Amino acid sequence: MKNTPFTAIHLALGAKMAEFAGYNMPISYSGINEEHHTVRNNAGVFDVSHMGEFILRGDKALDLIQRVTSNDASKLSNGKAQYSCLPNTTGGIVDDLLVYCIEENKVYLLVVNASNIEKDWNWISSYNTEGVEMENISDRTGLLAVQGPNAVKYMQELTDMDITNLKYYTFAKGTFAGVENVIVSATGYTGSGGVEIYFDDKDGAGEKIWNEIFRVGAPHGLKPIGLAARDTLRLEKGFCLYGNDINDSTSPLEAGLGWITKFTKEFTNSEYLAAQKANGVSRKLIGFEMVDKGIPRHDYTIVDANNKAIGVVTSGTQAPSLGKAIGMAYVAKEHAAEGSEIFVQVRDKALKAVVVKIPFA
Amino acid sequence: MQFPEALKYTKDHEWIKIEGDVATVGITEFAQRELGDIVFVDIDTVGKALQTNDVFGTVEAVKTVSDLFLPLSGTVTEFNSSLDTAPEAVNQDPYGAGWMVKMTIANQAEVADLLDAAGYKALIGE
Repeated sequence: MKNTPFTAIHLALGAKMAEFAGYNMPISYSGINEEHHTVRNNAGVFDVSHMGEFILRGDKALDLIQRVTSNDASKLSNGKAQYSCLPNTTGGIVDDLLVYCIEENKVYLLVVNASNIEKDWNWISSYNTEGVEMENISDRTGLLAVQGPNAVKYMQELTDMDITNLKYYTFAKGTFAGVENVIVSATGYTGSGGVEIYFDDKDGAGEKIWNEIFRVGAPHGLKPIGLAARDTLRLEKGFCLYGNDINDSTSPLEAGLGWITKFTKEFTNSEYLAAQKANGVSRKLIGFEMVDKGIPRHDYTIVDANNKAIGVVTSGTQAPSLGKAIGMAYVAKEHAAEGSEIFVQVRDKALKAVVVKIPFA
Repeated sequence: MQFPEALKYTKDHEWIKIEGDVATVGITEFAQRELGDIVFVDIDTVGKALQTNDVFGTVEAVKTVSDLFLPLSGTVTEFNSSLDTAPEAVNQDPYGAGWMVKMTIANQAEVADLLDAAGYKALIGE
């Protein structure tokens, strides 16, 4: 199992740890609900150093990115980032990712899911026929997400870069907490605002950044947050989790990711996806709320009033901010309209639920 | 972590308080910590006669769900209905307000198979 630059700190804090994508990661510290509310109401720090980072360099780097991703990376100028995905050739998704434009037409940073680092690297490499210089910097890149309505205010104290006015999905590069060459990006996976901080993991940079973040934030109630609350926070906002809500066999259009699927260019399987868009999808990723008491979980079956299977739950939880149980599921399109009554098969019971709008909160 | 001496325990992380032919059952402090914030205790076996290790309900935490196994043969007689509105009591007071069911004990001989506090602590490496 791999460690992040912060593993020793998590252990010293008494975090509940577990293996995630081959890394020893903090699942929770004080408790999921408390951590969740800390992020929604104030600010919290996530160690997400397990995420993968690739640098793509060269005159053909943009061409390669355009070829393998569904969103239109030609729209990116220096300092801008976009959410995108890597479609496969069989109608599904290899991974979802962020594309950062470090230097337009020359240098890009791709941020991918930890569990897919090797798969993505091999996938992108297989399309690299024009000699784009690719570098996997995952193992030497640390990443902290500082999220919540007060996160930027606290973090501004640690840098001369203007991060207060960073627009969503833009970033700045400079000195942060005394560490040079840090990317501060107005992105995140919580829907509560904040920044993500990328740095080279050398000369104790991780520990320095962590300590500085808590020096300025802890007096205001900033706390460390585990991966469990990261999941409830993202789910309330309806953000897809690779491996749960999207995978090798779900299409971006089914997943509601049409907004990052741009048919203004050619990309892997774009012809098939364009036809799928024209013909309409047969199932859709929807949000639902439980009406009967119960908690939906990944892989539970969705049935209709006649007990006929119509779909499957992809993610589910008790939502701490809402005080109710919510989930996402693929259901046949006839059942996908808001207000549709569906039933979640929880053990031996079919529990009533209703299709609602995403985001939930 | 606390493991009261007066209680019996199972390898499935339940505690049992024996009072004559009646047992009160809950989950241990270790179990509630492992589960995290508990949001729903689902028990629909009240009135049912069950065997040792039968599933008598489930406990839902934010991130996970776990079956509850009956520690002794007998009939579930009562569910702690205050958990319907305050499931967090299982986290906050696992041996008190967080009790889950009461049951009658069908076969007192089975009590001898339960762990004592020292045996349970050894099981979880405390």
